Order: sequence, then C-alpha cells, then structure tokens
Amino acid sequence: MTVTQTVFFLMAALTTGAALLVVLAKNIVHCAIALVLTFFGVAALYVLLDAEFLAAVQVLLYVGGITILLLFAIMLTSRISARGVKIMNEQVGMSALVVFAIFALIAFASLKGFAVVGSLPPSSYATASLGRLLLTTYVLPFEAVSILLLAAMVGAIILARREREKD
Amino acid sequence: MSTLLEGFYSAFAALGVPWIVPRLIVMLVVASLVIVFISVSVMFMIWWERKISAHIQVRYGPMRVGGWHGWAQSIADGIKLLIKEDVIPAGADRLVFALAPMVVFAAALAAYVIIPFGPNLIVRDLNIGVLFYISISSLTVVGIVMAGWSSNNKYSVLGALRSAAQAVSYEVPLVVSILGVIMTAGSLSMIQIVEAQQRIWFVIPQFAGFLIYLTAALAECNRLPFDIPEAESELVAGFHVEYSGMRFAIFFLAEYANMFTVAAIATTLFLGGWRGPLLPPWLWFLIKTYFIIFVMMWLRWTLARLRVDQLMNLGWKVLLPLAFLNMGITGLVLVLRG
Repeated sequence: MTVTQTVFFLMAALTTGAALLVVLAKNIVHCAIALVLTFFGVAALYVLLDAEFLAAVQVLLYVGGITILLLFAIMLTSRISARGVKIMNEQVGMSALVVFAIFALIAFASLKGFAVVGSLPPSSYATASLGRLLLTTYVLPFEAVSILLLAAMVGAIILARREREKD
Repeated sequence: MSTLLEGFYSAFAALGVPWIVPRLIVMLVVASLVIVFISVSVMFMIWWERKISAHIQVRYGPMRVGGWHGWAQSIADGIKLLIKEDVIPAGADRLVFALAPMVVFAAALAAYVIIPFGPNLIVRDLNIGVLFYISISSLTVVGIVMAGWSSNNKYSVLGALRSAAQAVSYEVPLVVSILGVIMTAGSLSMIQIVEAQQRIWFVIPQFAGFLIYLTAALAECNRLPFDIPEAESELVAGFHVEYSGMRFAIFFLAEYANMFTVAAIATTLFLGGWRGPLLPPWLWFLIKTYFIIFVMMWLRWTLARLRVDQLMNLGWKVLLPLAFLNMGITGLVLVLRG
C-alpha cells in the first residue's frame, strides 16, 4: 500500500467516523464539534486529489462559517445545549431504508466508474485556471448562483426585520 | 539548505528505508523548530508588551527578574504556569475542555507553514498561500467556542459567543482587503507576492487595503480596541475564565503566536516581506514584523474598548464597503493599465 493510499484510508476513516459521531452523539455541541472534524477530513481528501483551492475553501466556509453559525445557534438555544437530545424516533426504520438506497446507488455508480471529462490542468495552475474558467466559460452559472445567494440573504434580512416589528 | 535535504534523503534511500521516513523526520524537526521559535518570540513579546504598556503609563514595568530591565520575567512566569495545579471545574465537559486549548494552538501553529522568513526560509510555499492562512485561522474560533461552552460558565459562554460574532464579521473585510494585493501580484503564493514587490511595496498603492487589513486583523486577534470577547471589566476574562495553569498558558501562547502571524502576513503582503538593503533578509523580515506588533501594542494601550454595537457597525458599515471599494478601484486600475 502506498503512502497516499494509507493517508487516504486514514482520512476516510476519520471522515466517516466523525460523521457517525455527528449523527449518534447525545450532546448536540459534541455533534457540532464532530462536524468540524468531518469537514477537515473532507478537506484532506481534496488535498489528496490535488484540489488545494477547494480544500482551503472547504475549511474556510464550512469550518469558519457554517459550523461557527451552527454553534452560535446552539448556544443561543439553551434548551437544546443544556442536556442530551433524543437521537432516535419512530421514523428510524424508514430513514434507514432511504439511506441504504442512496448508499447502494452511489456504490453502484462508483463501481461502474465515470467517464473522464476532458484533461485536467497541472495542479500548480489549478487555482488560476479555476478563476479564469469561472469568469469566462462559466460566468453565467456563477452569476446565477450569486443572485440566488443574494436573494437568500435579502430574504433572511426581511424575515429578521419582520420579527423585530412584531416585538 | 536544499542540497543538505537532498543528501539527507538520499542517505536514507541508500539504506533502503521507505521515502516517507526521512521526510517525516524532517517535518518533525521543522515543526519543533517552529514551536521553539514561537515560544521564544512569545516570551519576548509578553515582556515587550509589559514594558511598552508601562512606559505609556509612565511606569517602569518588570525590572527585577534577570537583572537588565527584568528580561527574564516571562521565563519566570512560564515556569510558574507550568508547575501550577491543573484545575478542571466540576461542571465542565472534561473532554472538550481539554481539547479546546489544543485546537486553538494547532490553528496558530499551522499558520506558520506559509510565513516566508526569507527567500528560502519558508516551511512550504503553498500555491494557495494566503488562502491557507485565512482558512486555517478560522479554526481558532471553533477552539474558543469549545472553551467557552465546555467551561459551563455564563461569562465564558458570553465571551465565546462574542468572539464568534466578531470573528465571522471581521473575516469578511479581512479577506476582501487582501484581495487587492492578490490581484496586483497575480498570485496567492507568499513567495511570489514578495517577489512582485520588487519595485514598490504594496503598502503604497494599497494603503487603504493595509489599513483595513490591520484593523480587521486586530479584531481577529481579539486585541484592544476589539477585545470584547475577553473584556475584563464585564466578562472577568471571557472564554478562558475557568482555565488556569498550563492550559491557560497555551491560550496565551496561541494569542501571541496569532499576533505574530497577523503581523508577518501584513509584512509579506504590504511591506515587501524580507526585502531591504544591507541587513540579511530574515532580519529585515523580523524588524518589519516586530514593528507592526509594536503598532498593535501601542494601539492597545492607547485606545478604549468598543461596545458590541459599535464593533458591528464598524465592521459591516465602514470596513466592508471600504474594502469592496478598494477592490473595485484596484481592479479598474489593473484593467486600465492593461
């Protein structure tokens, strides 16, 4: 087994282990902390795939942004952060079925393999070419996503405002 | 330096040892060197800060330990912290409580990978350079929130929440202010950004960016005038109220290590990095970095703390629009010049 493979399996184990902890931990803050580990594991997998930019953005957005906001929300809600939460309910069988179906689908697709989509640029230029592509070939989808995010942000502000008026 | 490394690697290869072993040894040695550098530098910075604060307040500061101007004060304090009892509050979440200082210190330590002390004195010149620092530094907040929550103390939770709000708000202007430099240099790599400043330091064309970066960086380090996460007069000590002894020392170490990182990044991005006449590059780099650290200390002992609402107003309504304006103008100038 090569070093890359060893690191891959270690990181994959870390990611899935932490992801299991996210779902199964009794304390919701522990779940959030395990989520940080999961995101780091995914970032490590990106690094192994020579996608350094994606890895950095993954850590920046998911660890630095989303998890922090999650923790923020948890701590402002004293009822859920104080004691353990129920992790199972009556829908556990149903959701297990859905999860296994999705897992089977992904496993089938991975085993069948994907066609190679074009040639990749050398990894040292990956970030630069990514930036160029985003502003030339893919500028329309890029802008569409920006407008979508902007709409979400405006919506959030309006919701927050309306709540304040009610008080 | 690199020939020495090659020799080291080939010596191991001749013995039939897998290639990863000598590289792991080199990594360990480099990491230990960085930790030693951080410890010495932090002890110096703490002594220096106490001296600066004392002189600003017309006092002498530490004068006794070690003889000359109390230079050994930090060493004595460090030993004291090492031999103190390790106290964990009864209501604390023990595992998270123990992990939190490690997370904060790991984030501080990881940032040293991309600091270019000299043309060849960099742990790794990553392609994503600055972006690596920005992303890894966000881990600090996770550690702070962990510390605040696991202490099971009102004040520490409040401090942690304030810290999270502050870090999320000031990260945005920080990143946007750096963009001006990245656009001018055309690269994220720290080495190439320094190379791009051959003709002129970026502090001159990017002066607004420099000021925004410095302000946001002060906030990222939780230093006055942005120290509401640990505001002593309202929150006792904020997120680390319950920490004492070595665990507290690690937080302290990480805080000053972060200060050094922030100043070193400012030096690299805006002050021409290791460039300068006569003196060796690493000395120039340290002089510029410690100068910025001096400015940060000077500000701390001169300005008063901002209120929470003032802090948010400054971040979102002043710094962020200015940073976007700076980015837009930089882009326009770059396009017009071709």
